[in-house]
Amino acid sequence: MQVILAQALLGLNVGVFYAMLSLGLAVIFGLLNIINFAHGAMYMLGAFIALIGYSYLEQWFGISLQIGFWGSLIVAPLVVGLLGIIIERTMLKRLADLDHIYGLLLTFGITLILQGLFANYFNVSGTPYPGQPEVLGGVLNLGFMFFPTYRMFAIVFSLVVCFATWYVIEHTRLGSRLRAGVENPQLTQAFGLNVPLMVTLTFGFGAALAGLAGVLAAPIYSVSPLMGADLIIVVFAVVVIGGMGSIMGAILSGLALGLVEGLTKVFYPPAANTVIFFLMVLVLLFRPAGLFGKEK
Amino acid sequence: MLKNWKTGITTVAAAAAVSLPMAASAELSDDVLKIGVLSDMSGVYKTLEGPGAVIAAEMAVEDFGGSIMGKPIEIVSADHQNKADIAASTAREWIDADNVDMLTALDNSSVALAVQGLAAERKVITLNTGAGTTALTEEQCTPYGIHYVYDTHALPVGTATAMVKNGGEKWFFLTADYAFGHSLRDNTGAVVENLGGEVVGSIQHPLSTNDFSSYLLQAQSSGAQVIGLANAGQDTVNAIKQANQFQIVQGGQKLAGMLVFITDVHSMGLDIAQGLQFTTAFVWNQDEEALEWSNRFYERHGAMPTMVQAGVYSAVSNYLKAVDEVGSDDSDAVRAKLGEMELNDFFVKGGKIAPNGSMLHDMYLVEVKSPDESESEWDLLNVVSRIPADQAYISMEDTKCSLVNK
Repeated sequence: MQVILAQALLGLNVGVFYAMLSLGLAVIFGLLNIINFAHGAMYMLGAFIALIGYSYLEQWFGISLQIGFWGSLIVAPLVVGLLGIIIERTMLKRLADLDHIYGLLLTFGITLILQGLFANYFNVSGTPYPGQPEVLGGVLNLGFMFFPTYRMFAIVFSLVVCFATWYVIEHTRLGSRLRAGVENPQLTQAFGLNVPLMVTLTFGFGAALAGLAGVLAAPIYSVSPLMGADLIIVVFAVVVIGGMGSIMGAILSGLALGLVEGLTKVFYPPAANTVIFFLMVLVLLFRPAGLFGKEK
Repeated sequence: MLKNWKTGITTVAAAAAVSLPMAASAELSDDVLKIGVLSDMSGVYKTLEGPGAVIAAEMAVEDFGGSIMGKPIEIVSADHQNKADIAASTAREWIDADNVDMLTALDNSSVALAVQGLAAERKVITLNTGAGTTALTEEQCTPYGIHYVYDTHALPVGTATAMVKNGGEKWFFLTADYAFGHSLRDNTGAVVENLGGEVVGSIQHPLSTNDFSSYLLQAQSSGAQVIGLANAGQDTVNAIKQANQFQIVQGGQKLAGMLVFITDVHSMGLDIAQGLQFTTAFVWNQDEEALEWSNRFYERHGAMPTMVQAGVYSAVSNYLKAVDEVGSDDSDAVRAKLGEMELNDFFVKGGKIAPNGSMLHDMYLVEVKSPDESESEWDLLNVVSRIPADQAYISMEDTKCSLVNK
């Protein structure tokens, strides 16, 4: 029983990252109908901004400034969000009237470019992030296991961000305007709302979420140019299982699939990498719109 | 086109080439003895061999007097970029055009096998210090290939034997899921079981795994006394780091790394690596002689030597000795001489080069110190026990090398 509890907690740890990333994807897809393949690269970028801010500013730019972990939690999402806005304004916007597949190809290309750039300058097998704050350095004794404080922090922090996002989109005026803009852009615009601006900001927000997840991941995993590529495929599967465009679906299926993966590692480790795709196939066969999605 | 990144040519002797009184029959094929150091100068193996190996080779030449039989000794070096084709074309150029007489370093097994084969066709001696694969002295052994520092037999066999004898009878493996990991696990598991130990479990993890926590917890609850890391490089470092996050060593289980260098320990830090046991051919402060050399090396390199870098010094010194005694750089004669010599210096005591090219020498089982025990930045390892050469290396009865008459 202890083993199961421990592995479930670790699964939850993985699950919050799935949830945060699939949430960003779901926001962008649900509200903008863009399949953003560059999401993994945004996550990677977030982690690298934290690493560069901590270790390389002086060496590269001669500025004697160090951005610590807490600073990175703010700076990295801002920078990544801004990059998202630039990408949306200068490139994706032009493809808005075409089939989804064009956006997918464009963002896939952006991913390859970003990965290549970073692989050129950084160690592909990963660089450790040294900036984990002292406060979060210890270990919690949970009775059934020792759990690193930092991982617990990451779980709680991510859950707060996920549910705050859901609340804003589903239960505030801002959220209802966003949803209206998506449902019927022309009518919404007729009411005096700036729909293109809303679209741009939403894309920027989705990218910023990925950047934030990257910062949170940096102290746990090594920072590597391919860290997003490894994750993005799984995250797409999570979104498909949750239901494309469903905010709560993305969060809940992210957490649940993290748990499933964690428990698979106990019962049959070699299947841990594939169990999510197996579930995806089942969901597509029996409930094509996803567990939380609505058939259109 | 071959990119000769940083092809440094160091003429060590030139100016001081005042000829020493030497045997009259002295002959070098082209009035200079050239040694090529071919290593990874920019990638993953850079810190453990790389530029430090060039410094070690230069030190060996200087300590020898800078010249041999009145002729200068030259060192050339290049980056093989961990690519067998680049390594092979550099080696070909060195041997065919520049008359390089001996090649050393050659970290990375695929590089090592390519260059050893090519050099043997041209009758050039290779003294491999960096690669691990036993194929160099087994299936693909050559009359001119010598494997000097360690191999994938000596590492796990040494560690497993010593650990089982010290009470670590139950093992659990974290195995990198590809040929290298599987063979490490199988070699080690066989040793454990031969000695009456037990392998209670093994988990295959994908190469380059980020998160070992789940596997580590299973290892923790398996009841094993030893968690064997049948992986290398970043995977080993990640596993050790996360074992620390989950306080596994503090809970009483031992970690056994199968391929760990002192530079890995240095970069992980003692807080994280303490208690880790592994096998090495050399510890820089193992005795006075080693300490004295290592301090000289440190002054030039800014880091203490790995077993591989110290091995380059020893290999080059002994090669020079053999050339000097034979009075010629003829590879057959020098190789025969090396086979007769007993190798003794700060790196190796009573070493013998076997007919299959394996340099048989004692290895050490070491344990990473706790931060309290460590007295200086590089004071990282305690020697737990010595592993005799005949246990560490494949015997001439068991070797698959076709050069050995049984």
